[in-house]
Amino acid sequence: MNLFQQLFQASAEENNSQGDHDIQLELVGRVVPDSRRCVQCGVCSFNCPIGIPVREYARQGLPVQMADCITCGQCIQVCPRGTLRWEVQRR
Amino acid sequence: MRYLIIGNGAAGVSAAETIRANDPTGEIIIIGAEPYPMYSRPGLAYVLMNEVPWKQVMARRPEWYQRLQLSLVHGRVTHLDTAGKRVKLKNGRLISYDQLLIATGARAVPAPYPGADLKGVVYLDTLDGTRELRSQAKRGRKAVVIGGGITALELSEGLAANHVRTHYLLRRDRLWSAVFNDDEGQLLEEKIRSHGVKIHYHSELSEILGKRGKVNAVRLTNGEIIRCDLVGIGIGVRAQLEMVQNTPIKVDRAILVDQFMRTNIPHIYAAGDCAQVYDPWSETYNLDVLWPSAVAEGQAAGLNMTGHEHPYTKGIPFNACLLFGMHITAMGQINPRSDEADGELNVVQHLSRGSSELWYTYPRQYSSAWSKDGVNTVRLVLDGDFLVGALVIGDQALADPLRTVIQSRVNVSEILPQLKQGGSPMKAALEKLWIGIEAAEAGDNHSFGGS
Repeated sequence: MNLFQQLFQASAEENNSQGDHDIQLELVGRVVPDSRRCVQCGVCSFNCPIGIPVREYARQGLPVQMADCITCGQCIQVCPRGTLRWEVQRR
Repeated sequence: MRYLIIGNGAAGVSAAETIRANDPTGEIIIIGAEPYPMYSRPGLAYVLMNEVPWKQVMARRPEWYQRLQLSLVHGRVTHLDTAGKRVKLKNGRLISYDQLLIATGARAVPAPYPGADLKGVVYLDTLDGTRELRSQAKRGRKAVVIGGGITALELSEGLAANHVRTHYLLRRDRLWSAVFNDDEGQLLEEKIRSHGVKIHYHSELSEILGKRGKVNAVRLTNGEIIRCDLVGIGIGVRAQLEMVQNTPIKVDRAILVDQFMRTNIPHIYAAGDCAQVYDPWSETYNLDVLWPSAVAEGQAAGLNMTGHEHPYTKGIPFNACLLFGMHITAMGQINPRSDEADGELNVVQHLSRGSSELWYTYPRQYSSAWSKDGVNTVRLVLDGDFLVGALVIGDQALADPLRTVIQSRVNVSEILPQLKQGGSPMKAALEKLWIGIEAAEAGDNHSFGGS
């Protein structure tokens, strides 16, 4: 099980225990960088399937806010420095 | 006001950005020796491993320089006239300055062996060098790699990724002995072998042999000969100091600067890998070859060059890397053996990229706590009731909590039993402490904001 499946399942279990029905509508998330770890190598941007400049967000320490982000988690998986993580937010 | 920055790397570019934020109209000139915009030097390993194309490591576009009105000049400074406040480039051009930042970085130490100039002796050091190395790796069949730090390991991993049969020479019986203990070394050695790299213990190079100007073998000090087409050298880096030779600027292993990144000459600053920075806590001048340090030093220099009084506060030396598929985070003081400290320091003649000399200092009174769970390990280094360093391999869940705890220098006496116990009690205790520190810091920030 990959990271996202784990997160998804954990969230689903939590939500189901609270009696929620459609977890996909209840939970959103975003990619958040720790700029202190980032060395600007660009592996994240290169692997983004829709071309978001993730490196720029990481450099500035900003969460990836682009509406286009499909939250596939590729950037998190490939970052060699552990710069990126997934932050779950509730709507 | 004209700001002149020598060096287009992490420190120089961070300084330029900071200067522009504080002086919207001043003239800023950056001189870069390589014909590229700023690129990520740590990213070169991923170019070699074919993870990204070489153009991808460009961390700034030409438009970025234009937008911030930074003039990027490609050239090499050959002479610095501190009295006349100007520099001379190799092509003869003279450029004067009001404020000067030297951020020339560090370069790989050349192989100190006969045969070092043969074609096939390669370094992971510059973008051009890495592109050349990759093209040679595509033709190479067999390589020998030497060096004890991250760069040599990245060279081995990268060559193996290019299907080059790679031999890694270890001077002793343990891998990166200045950083790893026996168990940690063995974990990584298993990974290295699983990537097809052959490790030779107690092996030291004495000569690089060649034919018609090309490498064809190496000879070891025990007389053994290993046939190869490539010799990868990763024995450390040293500060680029050519332009300050024959100037009154004070130099030790790098350019000596105070907490404000000032050299002993007015209006001249230094930052990054070419700077040795005064640390008031230890009262010594320290050398780091770390990306985040270079960025922070560049930012501090930029602020002070624009008239602020901003001391550079050194964070704990920190590096997270991925070697042979293993995540490793090193922070603070982590040398595994106090009884060998002096001997180990002698071995580390030149810092390798991605390391700090603070990692290797380990006073005798330090103790350590050790936790191992399969391929995941955490080693804590303690000075009495304080955590001063940690090495985290595999699962990185504790890396950020540990950095915060070490950085904030909180007394950990109450959780010492759990720390020494390791495993989940250690994890729970550290996470609880971490959350407490973060909450306290958030509270402080809030009260600042409200006042």
